[in-house]
Amino acid sequence: MNAIHNGLRRGWIEYTAAIRTLTESANYVIVAGFFMVVLYLNRNRTVDGTSLHFPALALPGLLGMLAVYTGIVGAAYALASEREDGTLLRAKAVPNGMTGYVTGHILRGALEILTMLVVMLVPALILIDGLFATGLAGGLHLLWLFPLGLLATLPFGMVIGSLATSPRAIAGWGLMVVGALTFISGVFSPVTGQAAWVQGIAQVFPIYWLGLGMRSALLPDEVVLVEIGQSWRTLETIGVLGIWAVAGLLLAPVVLRRMARRESGAVLDERRRKVLQRL
Amino acid sequence: MNAVIEVRGLRMRYGDVDVLKGVEFTARRGEVVTLLGPNGAGKTTTIEILEGFRLRSAGEVTVLGVDPARGDEAWRARVGVVLQSWRDHGKWRVRDLLRELGRYYVPYRKPFGADELVAAVGLADSADKKIMQLSGGQRRRLDVAIGIVGRPDVLFLDEPTAGFDPQARREFHDFVHRLTDLEETTILLTTHDLDEAEKLADRILILAGGRIIADGSADALARLVAGQAEVRWRQHGELFVHATDDGTEFVRKLLAQHGEEVGDLEVHRASLEDTYMTMVRRYESGETDAAVTEFEGAGR
Repeated sequence: MNAIHNGLRRGWIEYTAAIRTLTESANYVIVAGFFMVVLYLNRNRTVDGTSLHFPALALPGLLGMLAVYTGIVGAAYALASEREDGTLLRAKAVPNGMTGYVTGHILRGALEILTMLVVMLVPALILIDGLFATGLAGGLHLLWLFPLGLLATLPFGMVIGSLATSPRAIAGWGLMVVGALTFISGVFSPVTGQAAWVQGIAQVFPIYWLGLGMRSALLPDEVVLVEIGQSWRTLETIGVLGIWAVAGLLLAPVVLRRMARRESGAVLDERRRKVLQRL
Repeated sequence: MNAVIEVRGLRMRYGDVDVLKGVEFTARRGEVVTLLGPNGAGKTTTIEILEGFRLRSAGEVTVLGVDPARGDEAWRARVGVVLQSWRDHGKWRVRDLLRELGRYYVPYRKPFGADELVAAVGLADSADKKIMQLSGGQRRRLDVAIGIVGRPDVLFLDEPTAGFDPQARREFHDFVHRLTDLEETTILLTTHDLDEAEKLADRILILAGGRIIADGSADALARLVAGQAEVRWRQHGELFVHATDDGTEFVRKLLAQHGEEVGDLEVHRASLEDTYMTMVRRYESGETDAAVTEFEGAGR
């Protein structure tokens, strides 16, 4: 209990310290600003089969994509970096330190996803018509979708962060994989426009389902006509994201424990030598 | 028996290379023990096994009466590990990190307060700095502070002063002395700096070729090496050099015999460096077992 409490404090300290750092807080603004400009430049584009304009249709999918990117790639990158720089070894040298570390890591990841979503949503609500057409029901929808999204992404991020050889590998591959999945997951154009096998791939990953969930929460019901089966498929959304969550929660402790067991001063020293060699 | 660290027949094998081939030693409560040895002798491996960060191949090891491989969190709370930091927690402030890490010890024992600790390691002026703004020497002092935040009964330091400038090194030595004076902390540290070993250690262990080839105080070790003292003097304008087991006795006889003819008299005690070089050379020429036998008992 003490360690979890310490971990929550740790996560909060790290999050607030990062937010106060100009380079890190600017990151949120730059990402949000970039997508806002893209949406704004396409503000008059209409999407076949709906009466809505492109920005309203694309925004929910973007939120889903950013949640996945922050929760999986961002969290994995943070974990791999902290393994490389010795943060994890320090946690291991302290009683119940790993419990505290993991707790802090989860809280920080959740706060980062929440921040990313808020920074996107606030300007979007001002600039884009047609969002929250669903009113209160849509808000309630987000209340279960958001925690489910956290569970589907953060544990998996830790698994990837534990298995990766270096943070740089995650940065490179992460951007590529998320980029490709975003392209086929119905973020910028309805997924029903894709070939059937592409739709099949998209439906394996959480980007599609979080996007779908976001659209069902934020957009008017008529948009459902361009979705697969002309349905919001709420149960399926819960099912697929739930499978990701359960798989992540089962795998993460095993992989984390194995990774932590291998950490030692000598291993860290070897890594430091490699990084310094590359510089 | 108040042995804090006990190692019997410790072996470590990586692939088909034996790094440790039966290491044996003990450390008592409040003792400062230095593990000295050439690079690759297995110092880091030994210390990591004792820290519980590495699993041994064979042998019996206890730290505070517990096998480190099975040490639980309560055991962990009694063990201090000084890690060589690099760039972890760079955005944290010194005081915040010490305070937060101290909290983990609260269920087990009363940790040092962050302010008390920054003062003890000479970081009071930097307590509100971000860790990434610290100099190398300051960072290392922070590492030590983190290692002792839970008032450990035993403290492990692996090459604590690597990369220190002479001043930082001296400050660190003073700090270790204060630490052992105030609390009854048992300290095991590795180094390949002979001067450091001599200054800090109550007892020196020389690890070479996977075995402890010598075990004793710097003084005892020096006394046990053959040709311990070297006497130089000048007589009729000529320089004489004589190696002897007993410098005092030799000089007494020399003066009795030649009296005022003797000038520029110097007696040199074999230094730890001489001892160390002799030991390692003996090991390398295959006299290891003889050497171990010779040095047994030196520590008592």
